[in-house]
Amino acid sequence: MGRRTTLERYGGKGTAIGQVRGLGSAGEGPHHWVQQRLTAIGNLVLVNFLLISFILLPNYSYATVSGWIGSPLAATALALLVVSTFWHARLGLQVVIEDYADRPGNKFALIAIVNLLAVAGIVFGLFSIATLAFAGAA
Amino acid sequence: MAVSILHRATGDGMAVVGLGTLLWWLGALASGPEAYETFLSVFTSPIGWVVLVGLSWAFFNHMSSGIRHFVLDLGAGYELRVNKQSSWASIASGIILTVLFWAAILLL
Repeated sequence: MGRRTTLERYGGKGTAIGQVRGLGSAGEGPHHWVQQRLTAIGNLVLVNFLLISFILLPNYSYATVSGWIGSPLAATALALLVVSTFWHARLGLQVVIEDYADRPGNKFALIAIVNLLAVAGIVFGLFSIATLAFAGAA
Repeated sequence: MAVSILHRATGDGMAVVGLGTLLWWLGALASGPEAYETFLSVFTSPIGWVVLVGLSWAFFNHMSSGIRHFVLDLGAGYELRVNKQSSWASIASGIILTVLFWAAILLL
């Protein structure tokens, strides 16, 4: 008798539990869950920093706002905010897709699109912040 | 149930409209005063105000139900009465924080 496969060891597909085994998990558990929580804490701090800054800014003229974003503290906070919010959104949208996409191919395609858009958004956001931050130094 | 759906709906709304607005804002500032003026004129129009107030409510609602999620993650708050109360509290807190935020923006 040769080596037993995982399927043979843990039961085939004929039994009641065999018919549902493997269907419940989206295949990405704890890692996804922990990242979702970490970015949630990041968003909690950083988005409130942005909203309180909106309250405290004397006005919203180009000079005021671009000058504020160019300061080291605001530039750092906004760069972190862009990364944290986009990553949180990417994780959240992936769960929605896993819940509703009907076929593995559709699921893969949609998750791929969300990932590419999230990375593109992060790069655009960071580039814009860097442009404002380094504008004075040039 | 309703709180769970609201959490997902506000999250999806912010992911699309909120992050889009954030990038538009940052991109307009990086592009220069003219692009920023265009951004300002769009978001100080009546529709722009609705979008911004809606986004702020989506954030405060999502934040409130998100904090409730953290408490549930600790294994607390599953008693029916407490669970129901925290659901209502998260909805109320979302609305109250939105009102306070805009009061602060307009008055301070």
